[in-house]
Amino acid sequence: MPRQGGTGHAHGTVPVAHAVNTTDPDHELAALNALLARSPTDAESLLPLLQHVQRQFGYVSTGAMRVIAQAFNLSRAEVYGVVSFYGDLREAPVGTHVVQLCMAEACQAVGARTLATHAEQALGVRLGESTADGLVHLEAAYCFGNCALGPSMRIGDHVYGGVDADGLDAEVRALTSGTSARAMRDALSERPMISVDPRAASVLRVYVPNDSAARSIGADQVAEAIARLRPDLEIVRNGSRGAYFLEPLIEVDSADGRVGFGNITAAHVPDLFGATGLPGRDHPRSLGLADDVPWLRQQQRITFARVGLIDPLSLSEYRATGGWRGLERALRMSPQAIVNEVKGSGLRGRGGAAFPAGIKWQTVHDTQSVTKYIVCNADEGDSGTFADRLLMDADPFQLLEGMTIAALAVGATRGFIYLRSEYPHTMEITARALQLARDAGMLGPSLMGSPHRFDITLRIGGGAYICGEETALLESLEGKRGVVRAKPPLPALSGLFGQPTVVNNVLTLAAVTSVLANGATLYAGVGRDRSTGTMPFQLGGNVLRGGLVEVPFGLTLRELVQNFGGGTYSTRPMKAIQVGGPLGAYLPESQWDTPLDYESFAAVGAMLGHGGVVVFDDTVDMGVQAQFAMEFCAHESCGKCTPCRIGSTRGAEVIGRIRRGESSRANWQLLEELCETMELGSLCALGGLTPMPVRSVMTHFPGDLLSPAPVRARDEVLL
Amino acid sequence: MITTMRKDLGTPPPAVTSAVTSAVPVRLEIDGVSVTVPAGTSVMRAARAADINVAKLCATDSLASFGSCRLCVVEIAGRKGLPASCTTLVEEGMVVRTQTERVARVRRNVMELYISDHPLDCLTCAANGDCELQDMAGAVGLREVRYGLDGANHLVMAKDESNPYFTFDPSKCIVCSRCVRACEEIQGTFALSITDRGFGAKVSAGMNESFMASECVSCGACVQACPTATLTEKTVIAAGQPDRTVKTTCAYCGVGCSFNAELKGNEVVRMVPAMEGGANEGHSCVKGRFAWGYASHRDRVLKPMVRERITDDWREVSWDEVIAYTASRFLDIQKRHGVGAIGGISSSRCTNEEVYVVQKMVRAAFHNNNIDTCARVCHSPTGYGLKQTFGTSAGTQDFKSVAHADVIVVIGANPTDAHPVFASRMKRRLRQGAKLIVIDPRRIDLVRSPHIEATHHLSLRPGTNVAVINALAHVIVTEGLVREDFVTERCDALSFAQWREFIARPEQSPEATEAHSGVPAGELRAAARLYATAQNAAIYYGLGVTEHSQGSTMVMGIANLAMVAGQLGREGTGVNPLRGQNNVQGACDMGSFPHELPGYRHISDTATRHTFEAAWEVTLDAEPGLRIPNMLASANAGQFHGIFVHGEDLAHSDPDTTHVIAALRAMELVVVQDLFLNETAKFAHVFLPGTAFLEKDGTFTNAERRINRVRPAMPSRTGLSEWEIVCKLSTAMGYPMSYVNAAEIMDEIASLTPTFAGVSFAHLDRVGSVQWPCTAVKPLGTRIMHEDAFVRGKGRFLITEYVPTDEKSTRRFPLLLTTGRVLSQYNVGTATRRTANVVWHEEDTLEIHPSDAELRGIVNGDGVRMMSRKGAITLHACVTDRVPAGVVYTTFHYPDAAANVITTEFSDWATNCPEYKVTAVEVRPVD
Repeated sequence: MPRQGGTGHAHGTVPVAHAVNTTDPDHELAALNALLARSPTDAESLLPLLQHVQRQFGYVSTGAMRVIAQAFNLSRAEVYGVVSFYGDLREAPVGTHVVQLCMAEACQAVGARTLATHAEQALGVRLGESTADGLVHLEAAYCFGNCALGPSMRIGDHVYGGVDADGLDAEVRALTSGTSARAMRDALSERPMISVDPRAASVLRVYVPNDSAARSIGADQVAEAIARLRPDLEIVRNGSRGAYFLEPLIEVDSADGRVGFGNITAAHVPDLFGATGLPGRDHPRSLGLADDVPWLRQQQRITFARVGLIDPLSLSEYRATGGWRGLERALRMSPQAIVNEVKGSGLRGRGGAAFPAGIKWQTVHDTQSVTKYIVCNADEGDSGTFADRLLMDADPFQLLEGMTIAALAVGATRGFIYLRSEYPHTMEITARALQLARDAGMLGPSLMGSPHRFDITLRIGGGAYICGEETALLESLEGKRGVVRAKPPLPALSGLFGQPTVVNNVLTLAAVTSVLANGATLYAGVGRDRSTGTMPFQLGGNVLRGGLVEVPFGLTLRELVQNFGGGTYSTRPMKAIQVGGPLGAYLPESQWDTPLDYESFAAVGAMLGHGGVVVFDDTVDMGVQAQFAMEFCAHESCGKCTPCRIGSTRGAEVIGRIRRGESSRANWQLLEELCETMELGSLCALGGLTPMPVRSVMTHFPGDLLSPAPVRARDEVLL
Repeated sequence: MITTMRKDLGTPPPAVTSAVTSAVPVRLEIDGVSVTVPAGTSVMRAARAADINVAKLCATDSLASFGSCRLCVVEIAGRKGLPASCTTLVEEGMVVRTQTERVARVRRNVMELYISDHPLDCLTCAANGDCELQDMAGAVGLREVRYGLDGANHLVMAKDESNPYFTFDPSKCIVCSRCVRACEEIQGTFALSITDRGFGAKVSAGMNESFMASECVSCGACVQACPTATLTEKTVIAAGQPDRTVKTTCAYCGVGCSFNAELKGNEVVRMVPAMEGGANEGHSCVKGRFAWGYASHRDRVLKPMVRERITDDWREVSWDEVIAYTASRFLDIQKRHGVGAIGGISSSRCTNEEVYVVQKMVRAAFHNNNIDTCARVCHSPTGYGLKQTFGTSAGTQDFKSVAHADVIVVIGANPTDAHPVFASRMKRRLRQGAKLIVIDPRRIDLVRSPHIEATHHLSLRPGTNVAVINALAHVIVTEGLVREDFVTERCDALSFAQWREFIARPEQSPEATEAHSGVPAGELRAAARLYATAQNAAIYYGLGVTEHSQGSTMVMGIANLAMVAGQLGREGTGVNPLRGQNNVQGACDMGSFPHELPGYRHISDTATRHTFEAAWEVTLDAEPGLRIPNMLASANAGQFHGIFVHGEDLAHSDPDTTHVIAALRAMELVVVQDLFLNETAKFAHVFLPGTAFLEKDGTFTNAERRINRVRPAMPSRTGLSEWEIVCKLSTAMGYPMSYVNAAEIMDEIASLTPTFAGVSFAHLDRVGSVQWPCTAVKPLGTRIMHEDAFVRGKGRFLITEYVPTDEKSTRRFPLLLTTGRVLSQYNVGTATRRTANVVWHEEDTLEIHPSDAELRGIVNGDGVRMMSRKGAITLHACVTDRVPAGVVYTTFHYPDAAANVITTEFSDWATNCPEYKVTAVEVRPVD
């Protein structure tokens, strides 16, 4: 089901860097030693170093591990344990070009399985294998945060949206025919990023979004085409407004405001910009004023208020749109007053667990320690969610401001952003934003000229979903295997390197800026019951109008999916909606009137989680989805606790048996008990919540399990 | 089965961070029973302490709680779900239910998951009868595996049998991480890791290597931790489960680990370190844990033997015959050459009781004081130096004390190789953040190994210890770092004033001594400051201190340093010799010195002598007798003609072998008592077969003054105990000695030795072990000495002038040889060379710095000839920068290399302890 825009041939790719001849151990050793000479060798630097080695050599050889163990004063076993844990780190080289197909639920809802089968046939390999000529390595991946524009694919550092069989073939052909010379450079610095700051009033401006999703369907090509055709125009690469069904959404200035043009490809550029001046609201492709697009106007954007409006890396635009006001106020307050403000707002953790942020901060505030940390969990692994990515792509300073406020509140001087590696573009934006903030004195030894000190280190995940679990994330930051810790102790008391640590999600920290800038009362006044404020829901999968919808808690799921989403993209009837990521329940139509708030969802055996909403049409086989839930858990389990480590594998097997009609009644009973065992027995939420989607299928779609469509090979082997 | 009989409380006791937190009692209710435990205790520990045995697999009280198996889940009122009892801490008023229908179901279903990926071969499994997985399957009532057995599994994974002592069968692994955690938390080697993740998670050694290829040091902690048959001793696989246990003490190094000898009949199946062992608390090393096979090695001699001349063949004789023969020969020598013409050497390998009767025999039956011990050649300077300064010839602390040290100084010792179980304790403390100063020419493993890094490594030139220790003290005195309060209150003012003047002289400064020692002055100053300003700093030292011509001076220098910095008398401080052999401390305590009766009391002291004369009903010679080197020299001079050598291999372990052999050849009667025909036995006329430690009844005293019981796991294979042989010999020589049993010997020791007054076998059996002094006032012994005052009253500072050794590198012998040990071998190797430990160390090699090697055209692995002015030996070179340029290093575990052929006659000025650690040599490649 190709989406508008498709992949197009205009995209190039950057091959995975294999510049060094990996067959020459001496060369490799010399290069490695050069790397080590530059790298710090404390525990927290191990993963970054291994990632560097992986990028430079394509894998981490046993020879390299020996040298690294020596340099870091670790045992070989420890280094090997770390390398073997993370999906991104390879112990042996694979094909030169790694083609990753997203196999998470949102992409499955729009044909990822069919696409994978096609790719396997076209390349003559299975997922996880490299072609005989060593050029292409094909593998599954789980979510690039492009859930409204699936199916998605990643090659090198570029994510492709709306990929169909033809698009995939074309990209693979480009890789294998050696025509990558036409490849577009990915480095942000080399992309057309003509932003003048401050804006000159006289210049004609066009806004071309620059977030990962817009780029996945050709925004860069549009920008290039405009730049070629109209050197006189100033092209502003704003972040995306998150109305992904309209992307690439080009906007131009007008006297009344910014006029939008939806679904623009490079092919439309001559039509729009062939004449002098700018196209206006009267142009046939015009959407009118972008702000007036009902999908956007009906939202209540607090956290995402400036997302898509500004150049993400413009400090002046950030300030002009209310940025730093929260921090400025916080700098004038006592730490306890800041904590009180957050408590008063009722803000609950947006990562999924919905724990009141103020109470967590209070604990860290009250714990005596010279060293405390702020850790931002940007390991947005839940498929169907992309709010963190969009915020960081489009408004990174807001996150930095939120973290700084947290630091002031609890007395921390160092922060970390733990960002997943599946977001390469976000990595670049964040790194640049950090540098800009530092240069401007918003981070560093003297925040805004105050005596307060705070800085943030960006760390990249290693391709492990479990590292979104806060204790596994902390282990990973410490340079270890991302294995879940038992609680107690709580991270707030003993977190990173054993010190009191605030671990908050991106959206939580971002929301804090509004709480501080506008006051707790204002924030607490929005929402429903104990679910105060707004929630950025992410509409993806098989949905007509996918994207980010920030609304107060309390809207029903049906209102969200129909009013905003407009039903399915395929125009077929909706069958199930998965809310809250891969561990969230599949809701049948009977539950669609449930209000979107934490308690109401819990009451129906579901959860809001991080706000991902993935729509499936009636072609979905819910038995496959139930089995996938177990398979995903098996793939991503850290392997520490037994219910998750063995249970998920057994779960997938048992569901397979039920679907094949083998002793269905006995296996059904077994599956029920397994779900109970995993829920009650697992160490963390991965094993504990995997039963949620499974049970929802057992409860609401038993027919799909018990009298399934014929099982196809693709359904069985995803991982 | 036997090892699981110990009550495992599941999680360690709460960490004592301050007296306050540990004292807070928390009351909770578990299954209707009211339980009170200290705050910080886990629910599991609280329950198990109350005999409510919550199921568990990944938890054990020797490891931090982990929370992975999920068998120990319980219900707690007011809490969601089923918390794991191992990771949940008790709270006041908590109401816990460990047995509910839901809990039982979840436990059974978790067990079902385990068994769905486990071979069903219980009946033929080596762990049958000693398998926690099996026990738990029974406990939770698992009756079927509904998943079937055709799912994904690990059953085809190959077994790793590379280690000579245990196997690793990953198909039986339940991934509980106990082995990995034991390797990290207990041993500190980090050789194991869980690798991969999810269902693929598995235990692997190194980088998925075999155990032998990995960093594994074969301490056995993983094997002991394993709850299944995944890691199993090969002896258990061969013999099956043991049926009885005897608690005893390891006979290797001075750490003195307690072991449960697990037996089947009289055959040892395995040796398992005892959790209640005061020295080791459940830990072990490759020697004690596995290398006990020598006790039944075919080389062992079990019958007494005699021969007229050393060129004759040995002739087996009866015990009666050998005793009569030996006695008559000794008496004959004395008749012809005088009473002083014979003597005896006691062994630090033997029990206190054996040593005691040997010295008693020499004094009472030989009628002289020609008794010495092999401690002469290792730690005699320790006894002398600490007696002179503190008033007692022993280390000040127990091993546990290191857990409170903030700075640890290791001088001339290599604990990870020579005292591995203590090294593990030390490493644990270092991982918690204590700082480390290593003073050693060589880069020993402690200088840098996973998670351990010395803050300062003072790589001094061999033979310059005293210059370095003086310089350290100089810094403290001249930089105002003296603990004046301690010195004023606790030390002798006059000696301090004199010493202070001496030590402050410019020639003691780091800048001046750098020229001798090669230690950069700045580094030395920093180390001195670190030691002096630490809250608690402890010094541990080994033979690299004592085996020098200034060995005693160095020991006194260390004592001075500790006193001036006030680092004594508390937890985490002290001066601690790491004793080489299992009973060096005891052998010294037992009066096996020519000048001292038991308890370090001088033979010339009339009151003491009278006490012994009254008890022994004999007149004692008031004059000290001959030391070992004097005996040997007298023999070479034709004045000494007969020797009784008890469990000691003079011809291998003593320096200047040529001289030793000449002395032995010169004697009329050499009597050797040992397990094997050792090097000395080549020159013996009488061979008395000894007993292995597994056959002995008695006590060993370890480096921390801990008196541990040695219990016979099996009867003597020679028919007699060693003390019985000595008694028979003494009786035959005209001084009747007889005891009903070894306990009676200890009773006599206790009655004559004030520091042992409270010791008896019955008392030890009751309390486990005690550290002397053990008296009526301190029936449980003394963990830390000199707490309120020094034993001698005021601590005495002694002038420790640095006098360079006469052994200097010259043009002819430009390199300095120093010697040491490896982990897998023990001392002269008579025991360990007769075990599979040889796979780790097949021969002694010569470590030489790359620049010295290159200069001589030597490449790694080359055969080399090493010459000193005493002799020459041949061995293979190991080119490594572990040794500094100008220094070469070897071990002397094998007689082939015979390192002591080239060591010199130089020895400590006070005690004659040989200068093993400095020999000028040259090294040349051999063709």
